[in-house]
Amino acid sequence: MPNKTDCIIMKEVNKSFGDKQILKDINISVPCGSIYGLLGPSGCGKTTTVKIMSGILEASSGQTYVLGEQMPKLGLMNQIGYMAQSDALYMSLSAKENLEFFGKIYGIKETALQERILEVMEVVGLTKELNKTVQEYSGGMKRRLSLALSILHAPTILILDEPTVGIDPLLRQNIWKTLYEMTEKGTTIVVTTHVMDEAEKCTRLAMMREGLLIAIGTPAEIIKSSGKESLEQAFIHFGRGTEAATNES
Amino acid sequence: MRVKALTIRILRQMRRDKRTLALMIFAPLLVLTLVYFLLDSSTSTVNIAVVNAPESYVESLYENNTYPSYYAEDEARRALENEEVTAIVDMKSGKLYVALDGSNSTKSKMALSAIEVAKKASAPTRIDLKTEIDYVYGYEDLSMFDNMGAAFVGVLVFFFVFLIAGIAFLQERTTGTLEKLLSTPIKRWEIVLGYTCGYGIVTVIQSSVISLYVVYALDVMMIGSLWLVLLITLLTAIAALTLGILLSTAANNEFQMIQFIPVVIVPQIFLCGLFELSPTWDVVGHITPLYYVADALNEVMIKGSGIGEIWLDLAVISLCCAVFMTLNTILLKKYRRI
Repeated sequence: MPNKTDCIIMKEVNKSFGDKQILKDINISVPCGSIYGLLGPSGCGKTTTVKIMSGILEASSGQTYVLGEQMPKLGLMNQIGYMAQSDALYMSLSAKENLEFFGKIYGIKETALQERILEVMEVVGLTKELNKTVQEYSGGMKRRLSLALSILHAPTILILDEPTVGIDPLLRQNIWKTLYEMTEKGTTIVVTTHVMDEAEKCTRLAMMREGLLIAIGTPAEIIKSSGKESLEQAFIHFGRGTEAATNES
Repeated sequence: MRVKALTIRILRQMRRDKRTLALMIFAPLLVLTLVYFLLDSSTSTVNIAVVNAPESYVESLYENNTYPSYYAEDEARRALENEEVTAIVDMKSGKLYVALDGSNSTKSKMALSAIEVAKKASAPTRIDLKTEIDYVYGYEDLSMFDNMGAAFVGVLVFFFVFLIAGIAFLQERTTGTLEKLLSTPIKRWEIVLGYTCGYGIVTVIQSSVISLYVVYALDVMMIGSLWLVLLITLLTAIAALTLGILLSTAANNEFQMIQFIPVVIVPQIFLCGLFELSPTWDVVGHITPLYYVADALNEVMIKGSGIGEIWLDLAVISLCCAVFMTLNTILLKKYRRI
């Protein structure tokens, strides 16, 4: 059964779409207050994993617990913030209207909502662009607005699917700073990435390849157990292991 | 609360998207106008010979865009034969006897419409007595266009709402916002209801504009209540809306939505009663929602029926809406089970 110190627990989770198995025996425990990174190349099952965590998808077998309750559960969705890989925004509406819409969907009261909108736009540095329509936004601005939308209802768990793709280094640094600040206030963050230097910023890391978990631990632990010098080399080292295994079977 | 938020969002999007709004409201007007002029190019004065009728009735005829004048019975016959008048009206103890030249469908419809409306408006006539109509030339069936006019309103409302609502819901999916929406505690039925309400409000405006335009600007034969016509077109729009959203879940892009037109819309247009069908095909027509729409509109606009005669049609259309919405809610399970 789930314990108090782990916010998200996945136990022997398998997921198939038709004949194709996307996830194989995934076991993950995300400690509360950590930034948990899912690292792996595209198509390795990261997105499927976080979608199961957020309750959008359901595992074919195995259990997923979030905050001690089994997913998917509609009542829990208020406590989870999810930012998809693609910017899910209403282009013809202004940033404010986008935020108002999702705020009301989350059931935030009108006066509190207006305050909260200003807060989150401050966090992502878009205060001046509040009334612009999203169509006029640049790619990076859209990404930041998506982030603002996912933290609008102050979720205890924040799930970000490739949050910094297409964002310049300076802004990326800012976003990471924001994420750290949020964990200090007690938010647990799960982030997927395929960039090694970002993975190093996570408190814990799960490396994935072809639907399998190939290594779990803090970045330092992973490097140490592989006997290599960097995460990149460690990833290649562990990746070989799975290749050999699949070839043998 | 969440339904309201969704409704407001849709209305805000619609306000920004003037093009779609114009397509929904003005495109049907344009098509209706074209059809009207194509099929109904000869609008001219309609003369009616009155053999015996009270003065108030004759005045009422005049107010309904016809030119009545008194004739002796045999004079009237001759005038009708010479095409000087379109109809002869004779009232015997409160019951109307009409001889009609049905060869020009537009004129005969106009005459008939005026005769019926005047009957309701003037006091000494007995409304409960059915007007006896004798087609001297042509038949009732010849008057195809006015029949079409009423049904055409339904067809056009259905077509445009189906397409626009379907594509809008499809975009919700292709832009990823549906997934984002499903990561919130919103319930599936709330999404369906929100969409129905949002577009429902737009269709209220659309149906009103179209109905008023058809009745007052195009002057299509209209005997019944305008409110009933509005109610029917609104229900039609909601049926089209829910069907459009339903089918959009089976389409992967906008083009595939267009592909539904020949499969879903065109057969309905042929089967709904817009055209004369053989009895077998008429039975087939009963399975299409548009059949009930066309039937109800014909009843109200041409025959002047009240809610008593069309409640079954309205019930069937409403049932269609309910079924489509339920199926929608179930089909959304494809994207999130709970």
